[in-house]
Amino acid sequence: MSILVIAEHNHNEIQAPTLHTITAGVQIGGDVTVLVAGHNADKAADAAAKIAGVKAVFHADAPEYANGVAENLVPLIANLAGDYTHILAPATTYGKNILPGVAAKLDVAQISDIIRVDSPDTFQRPIYAGNALATVQSGEAVKVITIRTTAFEPAAESGGSASVSKIDATGDAKKSNFVKSELSSSDRPELTSAKIVVSGGRGMQDGANFAMLEKIADKLNAAVGASRAAVDAGFVPNEYQVGQTGKVVAPDLYIAVGISGAIQHLAGMKDSKVIVAINKDEEAPIFQVADYGLVADLFDAIPELDGKLG
Amino acid sequence: MKILVAVKRVIDYNVKVRVKPDQSGVELANVKMAMNPFDEIAVEQAIRFKESGAADEVIALSIGAPQAQETIRTALAMGADRGIHVEASHDTEPLAIAKIIKAVVEKESPGLILMGKQAIDDDSNQTGQMLATLLDYPQATFASGVEIAGDKLNIIREVDSGLEHITCPMPAVVTVDLRLNEPRYASLPNIMKAKKKPIDALSLDELGVDAGQRLKTLKVEEPPAREAGIIVDSVDTLVDKLKNEAKVI
Ligand SMILES: Cc1cc2nc3c(=O)[nH]c(=O)nc-3n(C[C@H](O)[C@H](O)[C@H](O)COP(=O)(O)OP(=O)(O)OC[C@H]3O[C@@H](n4cnc5c(N)ncnc54)[C@H](O)[C@@H]3O)c2cc1C
Ligand SMILES: Nc1ncnc2c1ncn2[C@@H]1O[C@H](COP(=O)(O)O)[C@@H](O)[C@H]1O
Repeated sequence: MSILVIAEHNHNEIQAPTLHTITAGVQIGGDVTVLVAGHNADKAADAAAKIAGVKAVFHADAPEYANGVAENLVPLIANLAGDYTHILAPATTYGKNILPGVAAKLDVAQISDIIRVDSPDTFQRPIYAGNALATVQSGEAVKVITIRTTAFEPAAESGGSASVSKIDATGDAKKSNFVKSELSSSDRPELTSAKIVVSGGRGMQDGANFAMLEKIADKLNAAVGASRAAVDAGFVPNEYQVGQTGKVVAPDLYIAVGISGAIQHLAGMKDSKVIVAINKDEEAPIFQVADYGLVADLFDAIPELDGKLG
Repeated sequence: MKILVAVKRVIDYNVKVRVKPDQSGVELANVKMAMNPFDEIAVEQAIRFKESGAADEVIALSIGAPQAQETIRTALAMGADRGIHVEASHDTEPLAIAKIIKAVVEKESPGLILMGKQAIDDDSNQTGQMLATLLDYPQATFASGVEIAGDKLNIIREVDSGLEHITCPMPAVVTVDLRLNEPRYASLPNIMKAKKKPIDALSLDELGVDAGQRLKTLKVEEPPAREAGIIVDSVDTLVDKLKNEAKVI
């Protein structure tokens, strides 16, 4: 077995989803090679070489890889595929955007969002917003797979000593052009890797009220998340959305405030270790998954909680 | 310009799905079906382009059982002009779906292909990306903004870190995200009118696509249930439980 992991990075650092993906690769077995495709991403390539479990790093450096444009990355990855039994990427927007194209180019089926490795050809994945788990076997020569990061521990960022080899770029496909990104900056931990997540829903009533959750988040070193309804209403930006079609999180503690608990929301948080729900409606489905439920008006409970956290 | 919209018939998003006792799949018999919600957004966008004059024909394509024609009718009632139905197994995998759509694109030459980012049954999030690669077209996934500017598209994409703006020439494949628009409901007169709109049937043979399964589903099971929790009577108890029982703060 030989595994190629497509790294998600910001040119300086390897991002957390890649660490979880490497663990999945190690579980499948065989040698793990990491591909760092970027522009001026030497630091990221060096960081990849230090990750425990990584045997080799390929570094492709060209302007066309600066912004993760799928049409440029797909041929690069597909060209390498012949040497590998498995190609893995995290099931993040980065990985989801590029990996299906690789599968199509290789004419193989892709398996999305796996949560368990049963054997090198058999994997478990959620379907129907996690209401069912499918065990899927692939007979494809190259198995192209995205990894649900919350289902695999992160690999250690140190302990490895892989070699970094430069590989040739495959050129600019001149298809879509990156213009700019609008990133919201925050000093809080990243939603998918935070140990504690405090999420607000439609019950928050407006964006300004999220400041109450942010205060609590800062005391707990937590990330802030949201339901789709809260994002749709414009209370918070899209990257806060937790759920079937947003981000999947599994922190030690998830606090759902003014969220009813629709299946699409539960799909993104029900694997959290401890779930707290604060909702004024005792019938809200969120209470069915909550370890600790508090039936209360959030506008009373949240300031009180804030006070009691010291 | 023609716009091709790919619409999938799936279990309605409000239905609580049940796994079959023999673990072969989920129960589909007598379950309410509907258009994949992302595909409704794609249809809405296509119709808006037609209304604004940027497009002159909207074609709705669905692949699946004969009942997939109902889903096409829904698109026609929303305002699509005609439909194409390709009969295939409900379990046709994204790669085969992409090959079928490619074959239809080659017949119809649309300037824009709009699809959902994800089907809420298989949750694959693959088909659009595969189609773009097979066609060697630009791809714009997870779009929450799509604008036609001459022969180019200006797209806003929802990504994990925020938003991304890209441009690409047409023809192109765009997969849409939740916040692109709010799909309209079909009015009764439009539902009536839709009954007269044509739906062409194409077969896998005619299209020359092998839609055989590549993956084997060995088992479909229910996820482990969470243990029942408790209702606490006050914020004080909650804080105490989190500190001393769960030990998470
Ligand atoms: C295709 C598709 C994909 C989707 N993907 C996602 C997804 O990824 N993530 C997601 O979250 N949703 C998703 N949804 C939407 C989902 O179905 C629900 O509509 C959404 O999760 C509801 O958000 P909410 O719980 O904030 O709002 P509501 O359901 O309106 O619930 C608000 C809750 O707040 C409570 N409340 C109100 N005021 C107060 C108060 N003062 N104090 C305490 N409690 C109060 C109410 O009792 C209620 O339970 C998706 C839907 C579709 C169709
Ligand atoms: N059977 C189908 N018929 C028509 N369109 C489909 C079908 N399957 C998938 N699609 C399109 O591909 C998108 C993504 O689906 P998936 O890759 O399965 O998550 C959907 O939102 C549809 O637009």
